[in-house]
Amino acid sequence: MKLSSLQARLSSPKTAGKTTLRLVGGATALATAISLVACGGGDKSAGGNFDGEVKVGILHSRSGTMAISENTVAEAELMAIDEINAAGGITIDGKKLKIVPVQEDGASDWPTFAEKAKKLIDQDQVAVVFGGWTSASRKAMLPVFEAKDHFLFYPIQYEGQECSKNIFYSGATPNQQAEPAVEWLLKNKGKNFFLVGSDYVYPRTANTIMKEQLKAQGGKLVGEDYLPLGNTEVAPIIAKIKQALPKGGVIVNTLNGDSNVAFFKQMKAAGITPANGYSIMSFSIAEEEIAAIGPEYLEGTYAAWNYFQSLDTPASKKFTAAFKAKYGDKRVTNDPAEAAYAMVYLWAKGAEKANSVDDNKVREALVGVSFDAPEGTVTVQPNHHIEKLVLIGEVKKDGMFKILENKGFVKPVAWNQFVPETKGYTCDWTQKRPDAGKYKL
Amino acid sequence: MDLLYDTLFNGLAIGSVLVLAALGLAVVFGLMGVINMAHGELMMIGAYTTYVVQNLFKTGPLESLFPIYILIAIPAAFLISGLAGLLLEKTVIRRLYGRPLETLLATWGVSLILQQFVRSVSTAFFVGLLVAVAIGVITPLVSPPALWQKRSSPLLRTGSWVVAGAIGIGLASALGQVMVLDTPWFSARNIDVTAPEWLRESISLGSLNMPTARLFIIALTAVCLLAVNRFLQKSVWGIRIRAVTQNRSMSSCLGIPTEQVDALTFLVGSGLAGVAGAALTLLGPVGPNLGGSYIVDCFMVVVLGGVGKLAGTLVAALGIGVLSFVIGSGSLLVVWPTMPVALNELVTFFATSSMAKVLVFALVVLFLQIRPAGLFPQKGRMVEA
Amino acid sequence: MKRSLQGWILVAALIAVALLLPAVLPPFRLNLLGRFLSLGIAALGVDLIWGYTGMLSLGQGIFFALGGYAVGMYLQLNSLTPGQLPEFFSLYGVKALPAFWQPFTSPLFTLLAIWVIPAVIAGLLGYLVFRNRIKGVYFSILTQAALLVFFNFFNGQQKLINGTNGLKTDTAQLFGMMVGHPDMQRALYWVTLVLVLLAWLLCRQLTRGRFGDALIAIRDDEPRLRFTGYNPTAYKTLVFAIAGGLAGISGALYTVQSGIVSPQYMGVAFSIEMVIWVAVGGRGTLIGAVLGAVLINYAKSLISEQLPETWLFIQGGLFLLVVTALPDGLVGWWRLGGVNHLLAMVGRAPRLATYPDLELDPDRLQESQALSTQASEARPQPGDTP
Repeated sequence: MKLSSLQARLSSPKTAGKTTLRLVGGATALATAISLVACGGGDKSAGGNFDGEVKVGILHSRSGTMAISENTVAEAELMAIDEINAAGGITIDGKKLKIVPVQEDGASDWPTFAEKAKKLIDQDQVAVVFGGWTSASRKAMLPVFEAKDHFLFYPIQYEGQECSKNIFYSGATPNQQAEPAVEWLLKNKGKNFFLVGSDYVYPRTANTIMKEQLKAQGGKLVGEDYLPLGNTEVAPIIAKIKQALPKGGVIVNTLNGDSNVAFFKQMKAAGITPANGYSIMSFSIAEEEIAAIGPEYLEGTYAAWNYFQSLDTPASKKFTAAFKAKYGDKRVTNDPAEAAYAMVYLWAKGAEKANSVDDNKVREALVGVSFDAPEGTVTVQPNHHIEKLVLIGEVKKDGMFKILENKGFVKPVAWNQFVPETKGYTCDWTQKRPDAGKYKL
Repeated sequence: MDLLYDTLFNGLAIGSVLVLAALGLAVVFGLMGVINMAHGELMMIGAYTTYVVQNLFKTGPLESLFPIYILIAIPAAFLISGLAGLLLEKTVIRRLYGRPLETLLATWGVSLILQQFVRSVSTAFFVGLLVAVAIGVITPLVSPPALWQKRSSPLLRTGSWVVAGAIGIGLASALGQVMVLDTPWFSARNIDVTAPEWLRESISLGSLNMPTARLFIIALTAVCLLAVNRFLQKSVWGIRIRAVTQNRSMSSCLGIPTEQVDALTFLVGSGLAGVAGAALTLLGPVGPNLGGSYIVDCFMVVVLGGVGKLAGTLVAALGIGVLSFVIGSGSLLVVWPTMPVALNELVTFFATSSMAKVLVFALVVLFLQIRPAGLFPQKGRMVEA
Repeated sequence: MKRSLQGWILVAALIAVALLLPAVLPPFRLNLLGRFLSLGIAALGVDLIWGYTGMLSLGQGIFFALGGYAVGMYLQLNSLTPGQLPEFFSLYGVKALPAFWQPFTSPLFTLLAIWVIPAVIAGLLGYLVFRNRIKGVYFSILTQAALLVFFNFFNGQQKLINGTNGLKTDTAQLFGMMVGHPDMQRALYWVTLVLVLLAWLLCRQLTRGRFGDALIAIRDDEPRLRFTGYNPTAYKTLVFAIAGGLAGISGALYTVQSGIVSPQYMGVAFSIEMVIWVAVGGRGTLIGAVLGAVLINYAKSLISEQLPETWLFIQGGLFLLVVTALPDGLVGWWRLGGVNHLLAMVGRAPRLATYPDLELDPDRLQESQALSTQASEARPQPGDTP
């Protein structure tokens, strides 16, 4: 009963978008939910020509602060699942299996992510979980996946310094985003850097790496500051920037979420703009965020990503067209959505290669699997990260990016080589050694 | 010297946002003793009103007036938020006078509902809601009155509302099958409110650089403060409000319509929240969480300032503004570079925005140890202050 | 007599259910139940200070999280080989264990710290506030401000306490077993159950006799109590400290069963939710607090699995409903003869208390009085004030 209703809701594209239907059901939700649990059995009737089905978990924040960003990622994952199902599902042992997503809400709350991950593994017995956005949510889920020896796909660019046997990272590591961006800034824009970030692990760690990199490559750090997540009073930070960089310079922005809007609105008002000699590079601003902040405020600033909607390749155009057709013409695609989309395909290919949906076998088979993603052909590396295309772009008036530099595909480095503590360490899960996650070369 | 001006201006800028946000709360809390946890969401409604007004001016025949849309958005925000507040007062808060803790909980519930409402409202949802409310309200009016005077009437009333709700849900689900009607109006995303060009610049005065948006907000705050003060001191209704504040039963005996006074006070307070919301679109993000990020600061301002005194609100907000700027930007280090190492470390430790917040709050709590009733306490001889 | 018997039957039935559930529920649901039961301990504390003493604290999350952090720090250190640092320290370049971590290598110290530290901090905070006769909504706002101070501090201090990420316990070792292991989690469920029971007995004892009467007097008319020669500050400080200690124990149990403690436990919303558990269950009823905590959290978890968008509507609606229509909560409604009331509405009038009946059982008098004075401001809570 429970499963069939979920399946009906999730797998049919017609009802998947019906938010109202799901919303107004609230009054009856309690009673329904209880009765659903009471008859928790399974319904194995797969529609169409499938010989069976395989459940996967989708765990993103659908409510709370992070819902703004994570909805898009979840939508990209659902789109990939629909596409794979439309093409006949995945073939295991000659049987066609339909992928059935089980969606859970992380509610922008890290402990909830851990709870829901447990639920997906124990209760729903999914083959894999696609999920997470903030590093804090990943760090909260990590012990769950390690304790249960299960398997998470994480789609967001992050700070590195982690290499888990139980996680595949389809977003960029610092050497695929931050480091090339800093290099490019040093070469083209100036030597004086001010670092601004939200007060949590990604900006803190990314800035630690960038500071070491600046030391090594001749840049100069003139200041850094952190804003609590969700805080929107940025006047003190702007004053600090003005003090530290009175005549212009480079500002690297790793703010996340709402703070960005206040930051860019007030930077513009205070005259810290590209026209006045300030180069602003953001690592968390993609097409989606530009639309919400307003391109007027961002025009002329830079961003480094592995995918831009404006990337002019057939695969990219096809991806964007499909996304718009499914979710509305006004929607835009971005790097996290692309990474999320690609990782679903990578998992499907991994499962077909392993000829099993068993998580251990898929994890072994995944290393070396390739997929023609919108950014180009991506391949899973032995350190469970992905080789990715490195792009640097400038925000244009229409909210899209003009690609300034294409650095080609770069291999991921999990343990950062600029930071003294991790210098010389590497990660290779194809090695049969106990410390394969972190060992000295 | 430059630093002094800079600090004063930025402190004034931060403080004026706080004054504006807390002004409505101070009016409601100070005069009625009602803690309105949904105050932040009333600000959010003001901001969303601004968004709608802005969209009207972005294209079409009114496009040439875009530079001054904010001047129309502010009264509109006052009106819409005020009406929302009035509805809240008439339906919920009215039942809870004299029970401040319950009011606090109820308004928190309202704030949750309002947050989710702007996330999920779509045409289908709205029509369903409207129909459900209409049926619920009309049913007792069109059915025989005798039906509603029996012992079982409460059950009947509940039942009629449940049925009305079910009809609304059914209708919304049916309408939701059409993609256009199902599209959320605002969705959970932040929405893009673009300030007119003249509010995106800055004016330089010597080395001091003053963003026009900040200047605009400072001016708006001053206007609102003067207007509220004049309203309370000079107008007939203002005098009535003050009379009810001082002695409700006596005012009632003298023929002052206390219910109307309550409603009016709440309307004004909520409307001011709407104005604050409209002003905040110039500075920060506009989304369902807008209110939550200001509400606790507002409470601190009101508590620190002392209840029922506008002057207290003003001084407290400016004080918090200057203090958090001074601590957060680490200006002390610039002024006094040779301070002892231990002190230097301490100042650096707190010189981030998050730690400045910690210190400011801690200082406010400490200050209340010395002056429990705030900066400008109300004088009285009652045991219960 | 009759009433307390009724109460005991209810408690016995609940315990029986709690004993049976592990046999029925799948491990994941059992784990959820264990966590929600541990929240019940914090709810008991809220009931003590709000339901009985009339002080609405919006900052119980502080004490809850402190308890959680105490156990989290111990577990982090316990699974290390000597000389090793918890892993996250290396991310921020910390080379030596901060001094305040040192005592948490000792299990004994940790067991004490779980409830003593929150209780002391609560007592201190309470003393500062109550000494100045700050009460009512001011007290609520101040506790909320204190909550934000702690939240920002824990959230901002990566180098001391791992900031927003919090501390993980699932992969840590306890008694040579991984904390996240199903057997361990099952054992923790039993521990929780016993502690909930103990906490309930403690609160029950506290709310009876002179101490309990003083608390209720503070709620109903504090100045009058002061004029009769009592010192309300001492009572309030003590009961606030006890509630803090209970919240700490609750936080520790919750942490080991959810696998993480993070500053989000000090979020504004979570502390207000604690109040709503008590309000729904019935304030001033103790058992209602535990019941409310379990019911609401179970509902939340189930609804957010099915319809995540609706949870805020339902939660907001609950706040409104409880405050306007059901001010005594579920248990209070039952005790005040809510069922009879309902039956009366459909024409089945309740059996009236007659004189011989009243003489035999004085409780009946209170019951019938309660029925007639439901609208009165100071709500009497029969059964709790014998």
